[in-house]
Amino acid sequence: METLILLAVLSFLGLTALAILRLRDGVTAVMLAGLYSLLSAGVFVLMDAVDVAFTEAAVGAGISTVLLLATLHRTSRMTHRPTHTPLIPLIVVMVTGAALVYGTLDMPAYGDPQAPIHQHVGPDYLRDGPNTTGVPNVVTAVLASYRGYDTLGETTVVLTAAIGVLALLRGRRQGKERS
Amino acid sequence: MTLPGLFPYWVVIVLMMIGFYMVIAHGNLVLKIIGLNIFQTSVFLLYISMGKVRGGTAPIIASGFSTYSNPLPHVLILTAIVVGIATTALAAALIIRIHGAYGTIEEDEIHRQDNSL
Repeated sequence: METLILLAVLSFLGLTALAILRLRDGVTAVMLAGLYSLLSAGVFVLMDAVDVAFTEAAVGAGISTVLLLATLHRTSRMTHRPTHTPLIPLIVVMVTGAALVYGTLDMPAYGDPQAPIHQHVGPDYLRDGPNTTGVPNVVTAVLASYRGYDTLGETTVVLTAAIGVLALLRGRRQGKERS
Repeated sequence: MTLPGLFPYWVVIVLMMIGFYMVIAHGNLVLKIIGLNIFQTSVFLLYISMGKVRGGTAPIIASGFSTYSNPLPHVLILTAIVVGIATTALAAALIIRIHGAYGTIEEDEIHRQDNSL
């Protein structure tokens, strides 16, 4: 049953991506990209990553859609046909995709409990995390306690991006007033 | 019903390549960013699918459960999502500035104006 649901959501995801690929209207593409984010949040739930699903639904489907809609509102909505001949990008994409598929061939099967990733620190966090940090949610325990400095670095990235956005857009408003 | 063990990875790679194609083939800057977001979300899916354990549940320790999926990819991707939205915001601001300077967000039009200087 779980496999069937996963298969259904993955095919919806593929269909949405193909639909976005064919679109030339910016607003519709942004809305469908929001749908794509929401569907991928569904896949995250099916793969037991509930924290990631929550964040993706809020940030990917919510904030990202609003940002891109605001960008379209300030620029132009319609787009022309693709400018490059689609042949060369198609070849590049096919070759890259084939190389990546070749790379998956010696990966452990999906859901295999014996995969190398499940033999390293992951089980330690699951065993010791709740006792060491007092948080039953191991993802929160790792994020805020074991790897708290990484999260601090992440907020630095967000601060830098915010400064960049403010610097870019503040200059624009002053420029408009001058003209 | 069982899928071939690598099937989720292949779906993710197809999604990734759709995003990659959008980035290099589309001339519209907003559509490029959407393609980049699709690529990025597909990479998230790849990581999360590696952390899944058959028969496992979400890594929140509770009585009655003994098999949990690996929490480590979840933590990495939580960070990546937030960094992703930061880069999207910066890209959106840059697009607004490009539109202010060139009056268009089409790549070919921008190149044409650059070359006619």
